[in-house]
Amino acid sequence: MNNTKKDNTFTINFGPQHPAAHGVLRLVLELDGEIVDRVDPHIGLLHRGTEKLIENKTYTQAVPYFDRLDYVAPMNQEHAFSLAVESLLGIDVPRRGQIIRVLYSEIGRILSHLLNITTQAMDVGALTPPLWGFEEREKLMCFYERASGSRMHAAYFRPGGVHQDLPDDLIDDIENFTETHPVVINDIEELLTENRIFKQRNVDIGFISQEDAQQYGFSGVMIRGTGLPWDLRRSQPYEIYSELQFEIPVGKNSDCYDRYLLRVEEMKQSLKIMSQCIDMLRKEGGPVSTENNKLFPPKRAEMKKSMEALIHHFKLYTEGYHVPKGEIYRAVEAPKGEFGVYLVSDDSNKPYRCKIRAPGFAHLQAMDYMCKGHMLADVSAVLGSLDIVFGEVDR
Amino acid sequence: MPKKNPANLNDEDIQKLLYANFKKSIINIESYHDFSVSIASAITQDFIRFLKESRDLQYSTLIDICGVDYPNRPDRFDVVYHLLSMTKNKRIRVKISTSDNQPVPSIVNIFPAAEWYEREAYDLYGITFSNHPDMRRMLTDYNFQGFPLRKDFPLTGYTQVRYDDTQKRVIQEPVELGQEFRDFDFESPWLGHISDVNSNETNEDE
Repeated sequence: MNNTKKDNTFTINFGPQHPAAHGVLRLVLELDGEIVDRVDPHIGLLHRGTEKLIENKTYTQAVPYFDRLDYVAPMNQEHAFSLAVESLLGIDVPRRGQIIRVLYSEIGRILSHLLNITTQAMDVGALTPPLWGFEEREKLMCFYERASGSRMHAAYFRPGGVHQDLPDDLIDDIENFTETHPVVINDIEELLTENRIFKQRNVDIGFISQEDAQQYGFSGVMIRGTGLPWDLRRSQPYEIYSELQFEIPVGKNSDCYDRYLLRVEEMKQSLKIMSQCIDMLRKEGGPVSTENNKLFPPKRAEMKKSMEALIHHFKLYTEGYHVPKGEIYRAVEAPKGEFGVYLVSDDSNKPYRCKIRAPGFAHLQAMDYMCKGHMLADVSAVLGSLDIVFGEVDR
Repeated sequence: MPKKNPANLNDEDIQKLLYANFKKSIINIESYHDFSVSIASAITQDFIRFLKESRDLQYSTLIDICGVDYPNRPDRFDVVYHLLSMTKNKRIRVKISTSDNQPVPSIVNIFPAAEWYEREAYDLYGITFSNHPDMRRMLTDYNFQGFPLRKDFPLTGYTQVRYDDTQKRVIQEPVELGQEFRDFDFESPWLGHISDVNSNETNEDE
């Protein structure tokens, strides 16, 4: 990047307080007339030192920090951390726990895509889609609440399983949602897919080639938009994804419009996965978390009767458990792309190092490359299609 | 872990290939949880370029670069690279070690994605990268001093900021804690170690 300014450019600040900046992004734009010459994103305005905090907390206490990364789909982040810790410990999650995890990961995917599609529409001038989409998100957050007690910061996927089993009526209601939600997706699609203004603002905007997308470390929808069918759920399957039937949509033109279409299609696929999970949950019972009480706290009812259980509970919530020395990188296909956790453990009860690999960080980095030569108004369209959430970019 | 695909190389093949090309500079290869290679920092450029451009490997996606601090070692930092080959469905971790005054060769010319990751490692650990085009701080505040993720940097930091109404600007001042920072030592001889846990699994709880 060169810092020498040309004479005829002028510099403007986009953000940090700008509705299309999706949080607290400060873009320093160098403009030649209305053409973007250089984009310099200044991030870190939401930096909370998550990694430092995690190093000073036990493994159990680290879980809620992951909710606060990509707060649009909180459980998907917990998932990566739980997988990493479980791999280091060498424990397996019972099958019912895995099914619930997949079910809620897909709920998270719909939560995230609904927000992204509708706010991207808002960035290019449409007001109705967010109103319709957020009504659906509200229902999904109620599912979060009914499973974990919290609408957003769930702390539901924990190393060893999920915190609690789902009640039967919740499963019925989720099934009901999988039947009614396609109607809403259709409604939103009717507003946008063939909309003249929406297409003018998105088609052929923010193109990136497959090779460049790889070099910039893209993942998720951003890489699938270039036509590469790369999805960790299929290529490096975790939990029960290898047993499920779903398709991976890929794009052709690698522009903002393609990425919008992919997200719509992925929501439909997520619904398919959810209904398969619901069928499995009805057939298969069993525990939802490992029954090793040295790692996962005993049930509350048990604690009232058993001294052993009470001691386990106390020790787990004070000292926590020790994780054997080792290093691991585990990643999940979060709605925004590959969300990974690199964990270094030193045999103590706290992570020695926990590096969080957020997909948005890599995507935002390519802003300069993708916006160069575009018009100023396209910056918000590109930013919208990158699907940036500052919780995970700034950490 | 990636499912074995017949078209894919296995770890031994990759290990052989790497030894054949970088025999002298590879310090260690392990494949316990992930496939991980420790190399001498002098060959970082060549090694990463080889991983990216070799037809047999095609690690064309840079997933992550991060620092790790081990204050008791003479070369206190590890720089850890994670690469992914989407065509071969393989991951690799490359580690080099460095000290706080010994710059690491930047790989921005190989992977443009490295730019921010290297800036981040500089910001949080003070690891410097030579030939980096734009070495500014990344995540911390403008005018921030120190490297927060180093192990000797306190969790509460040194300064706090507030808006000063008389000066009409945000000012930095030494951190003032309303309550002393409490750091409990829970290290006890309790059976919290996984080795104990596994051995205990066979004999039922009392």
